Amino acid sequence: MHTLKYNLAAFFKYLSLVLGALMALIPIVVVFFASLKTNAEYASTGPLTLPENWLNFANYSKAFVDGNMLLGFMNTIIIVLISIAGATLTGSMMAYILARFKFRGSKALMGAFLLATLIPGVTTQVATFQIINALDLFNTRWAPILMYLGTDIIAVYIFMQFLDSISESLDESAMLDGASYWTIYWRIILPLLSPAIVTVIIVKGVNIYNDFYTPFLYMPKSSLQVVSTALFKFKGPYGSQWEVICAAIMIAIIPTLIAFVALQKYIYNGFAQGSVK
Amino acid sequence: MPKLSNLSYKNQRILIIFLFSLVPVVLLLTFSYLPVFKMFQYSFTSWNGLSKNMEYIGFDNYKTIFTKPEYFAVFKVSLYYFFATFVQMGLALYFATILSFNVRLKNWFKGILFFPTLLNGVAIGFIFLFFFKPEGTLNTILDLLGLTSLQQKWLLNPQLINVSLAFASVWRYMGMNFIIFLGAISSIGSDIYEASEIDGANRWHQFRHIIIPSIKRILQLNLILAVSGAIGVFEIPYVMTGGSNGSGTFVIQTVDVAFKYSKLGLASAMAVVLLGIVILVTILQRILIKEEK
Repeated sequence: MHTLKYNLAAFFKYLSLVLGALMALIPIVVVFFASLKTNAEYASTGPLTLPENWLNFANYSKAFVDGNMLLGFMNTIIIVLISIAGATLTGSMMAYILARFKFRGSKALMGAFLLATLIPGVTTQVATFQIINALDLFNTRWAPILMYLGTDIIAVYIFMQFLDSISESLDESAMLDGASYWTIYWRIILPLLSPAIVTVIIVKGVNIYNDFYTPFLYMPKSSLQVVSTALFKFKGPYGSQWEVICAAIMIAIIPTLIAFVALQKYIYNGFAQGSVK
Repeated sequence: MPKLSNLSYKNQRILIIFLFSLVPVVLLLTFSYLPVFKMFQYSFTSWNGLSKNMEYIGFDNYKTIFTKPEYFAVFKVSLYYFFATFVQMGLALYFATILSFNVRLKNWFKGILFFPTLLNGVAIGFIFLFFFKPEGTLNTILDLLGLTSLQQKWLLNPQLINVSLAFASVWRYMGMNFIIFLGAISSIGSDIYEASEIDGANRWHQFRHIIIPSIKRILQLNLILAVSGAIGVFEIPYVMTGGSNGSGTFVIQTVDVAFKYSKLGLASAMAVVLLGIVILVTILQRILIKEEK
């Protein structure tokens, strides 16, 4: 009796897991199928039908060329690299001074950053837009870069948490050798922070790569399109060519998939850390 | 250039605190606090974003928002997303709980359930356009299961459109809640489970009396974040429907009012209302979580 009940529970456990996994995968997998079909094949088969030729990449090249995806990737990479480098640097600097020095106003500084995260970004877009305009940054890559650069408290928290585990006696022994605070930060702290840096890079990188709102609003110029906005442009003109849109979707997703498989361990840690704090 | 190490540590300290916080603070003021200040200012004007002079009109914009039904109706749309969040967290908690115990292919299931969260919002919008098309994935699956009578025009029927969009949103964010819950649950020491098993506790008892209490804080935090999340919905409905057919959310409307119809004053007032709701929710959260302690 006990085993029957146990088996039944195990059965439902696995059934629900399989259903959950199917629910997560099917919407993506069918898009992948469609992306490999020819126009006629797409029109005559259902979404769940497998493509006839698994190596039909015609839609991919059409989407890549027509959508000017290369440009999208280039712009995305530039923006991601500069923003992440800057955010890591400023974030770790903030964390360094907040964690290592007790000074007047340090609590207020922390509070100011914390309060800022409570303001949802979408609410202030209208006013931010005017500021970007006034700075003459509208329709330049600097608009999103500056906005992503803003030190977010999550990065500071992650760095501070790591800094707590780096013994202060390391700093002190360096000071005995006459190292300046800059040298301590640059030569000792920053290298030791590398696990935290990976975490911040992943969390920020995913956010920036996937962001649609900011580039859509601040860089409408087509030469500045990023992956998100390039993909968005398929809406409308390709209404009758879903197989091409599907290829474009896959082009945008594949880098994420590769990064996910390669960095799985860090990604789990990164998100758990970034969100719980 | 004078060498930093020639300065006394006291002076170095002052210098480094100033230099290291300069850029972050300037960015913080420019892109977080100045916009909020400006937003309040604009909300009392009828500014169109271009003309030199802003006309002060007092609370007229706020009156418009709260009296004209077309502005207020968007909050009803938020309710769909708000309820969807409960579904989303229920699922996330369920999967996190079973995957924190021994399960075959554990890492595969974890990866698959979490992956959607990492995807591009625009791509997700398109994926679900394809999913909900009249001859799309969902209707084909229903057909396959012999449930042809359930087939619907998911995005054309005003009664179903928001349910469909909220479903896409659950699909997108479930993995995020899942991974947070998983992290929280895994921080519970295994000795507690072992002790409870000796006392004869089954899985349900463990869930009810060990897991739920230890992740209560995160659960509450997520529940309350659900409110501001539900009001801030933008990407999925914007990409999928452009806000047509009664699927417009508060943010879509704000963006339209500001950038399509050039009513910056009114849009700012809408944003102030949105900010007000979020602050209210945050205060509420603080109070509730404090009381728990």
